[in-house]
Amino acid sequence: MNTIAASLGQARKSQGIWFAGIAIFVTAWFVLYNQLLPFARWLVTQLPITPGSHLASSVEFFFYDTPKVLMLLTLVVFAMGVVRTFFSPERTRALLAGKREGLGNIAAAHLGIVTPFCSCSAVPLFVGFVSAGVPLGVTFSFLIAAPMVNEIALGLLFALVGWKVALTYLAFGLSIAIVSGWVIGRLHLEGWLEPWVREVRAGEVDLEDEHLTWVDRFEAGWDAVKEIVGKVWHWIIAGIAAGAFIHGYVPAELLSSIMGADSWWSVPAAVLLGIPMYSNAAGIIPVIEALLGKGAALGTVLAFMMSVIALSLPEMIILRKVLSLKLIAVFVAVVGTGILGVGYLFNALFS
Amino acid sequence: MKDIKVLGPGCKRCQTTEDMVKAAAAALGIEASIEKITDYAEMAKYGIPSTPGIVIDGKVVHAGGLPKEDDLKRWLQA
Repeated sequence: MNTIAASLGQARKSQGIWFAGIAIFVTAWFVLYNQLLPFARWLVTQLPITPGSHLASSVEFFFYDTPKVLMLLTLVVFAMGVVRTFFSPERTRALLAGKREGLGNIAAAHLGIVTPFCSCSAVPLFVGFVSAGVPLGVTFSFLIAAPMVNEIALGLLFALVGWKVALTYLAFGLSIAIVSGWVIGRLHLEGWLEPWVREVRAGEVDLEDEHLTWVDRFEAGWDAVKEIVGKVWHWIIAGIAAGAFIHGYVPAELLSSIMGADSWWSVPAAVLLGIPMYSNAAGIIPVIEALLGKGAALGTVLAFMMSVIALSLPEMIILRKVLSLKLIAVFVAVVGTGILGVGYLFNALFS
Repeated sequence: MKDIKVLGPGCKRCQTTEDMVKAAAAALGIEASIEKITDYAEMAKYGIPSTPGIVIDGKVVHAGGLPKEDDLKRWLQA
């Protein structure tokens, strides 16, 4: 028994076995993935549901999307987990410290997508950046991009809705983070930070370099899968259930008249609706998929999604510890305006 | 007697880190006073941009994510 455990432990440390394991896993993944739609259809015919009814179409959406989204999520999270081992908040801070605004905002927004940090780190991260000489506007570009361009949402959008929508989401999310951060920097609001934040003079931290092997990186990817998929699966099931309901029951005419490109008020309504709503980025994607399928305008849907993800009340409550209320109001106003702009622009471009 | 501080606002990872430090110190038979720091201003003084962080005898040895057990034992023995 002990020898088996020992050899398994050794196998975990072998780079070759990891590469082979990943190759086998990905092949099996694609084979299985291609069988999902026929399987969902077959499953629905086995149930006592009238074919072609609203219920049948809802149930099929649910049976098809649940394994599909979970499988995609696993793949995306693993890949991102590996990519993220190449970045760390310490390295990002060193890169951004002393950068001028403009270029600094652009770099910060991009780094915001790939730098790993858990949500409870948002405050130490903010203070750590500002006290190390990263300009306030650049710090904001980072903090806006990090939740707004969610790498998991991006991967799922790419797979479920298509590369055009995914790329536009990426481009506009980055633009909003860059421009909003730049605007906040121009306003020179450093005085609106909570007083203790301005007084902190952090000492130099000199951490030893961590030498990561490929096995370490793969293990980090696998840890990310266990942690994130374990944490968000119920959000996803809820999102798919909502998507399935929309797919089966909501008439396309109703939805396109409310969320279509012709109704000017739909974009601000979508943004306002999104602020109190708090969902994990992964949970909102199946809803997006169903809404788009029913003829909702792309700009309106993206505005809704960005508002749900980027402007969340829990996050503002956390940030209140370092920012004055006035500064939070500016943050919401600038980001909200950016999202509105994106919504209108998209509806104009894609209708 | 080692003076160990675990920096973190109290999320799950920070709790796990504290437990890991306690377990590692006990396993090595090292006497240590372990203190949890949850105040943001106090935390910021150590200059770490991500939590959980570990400070041993005034020196930051780790920041961000769970530490590896081997590293933890090495820091404790240093």
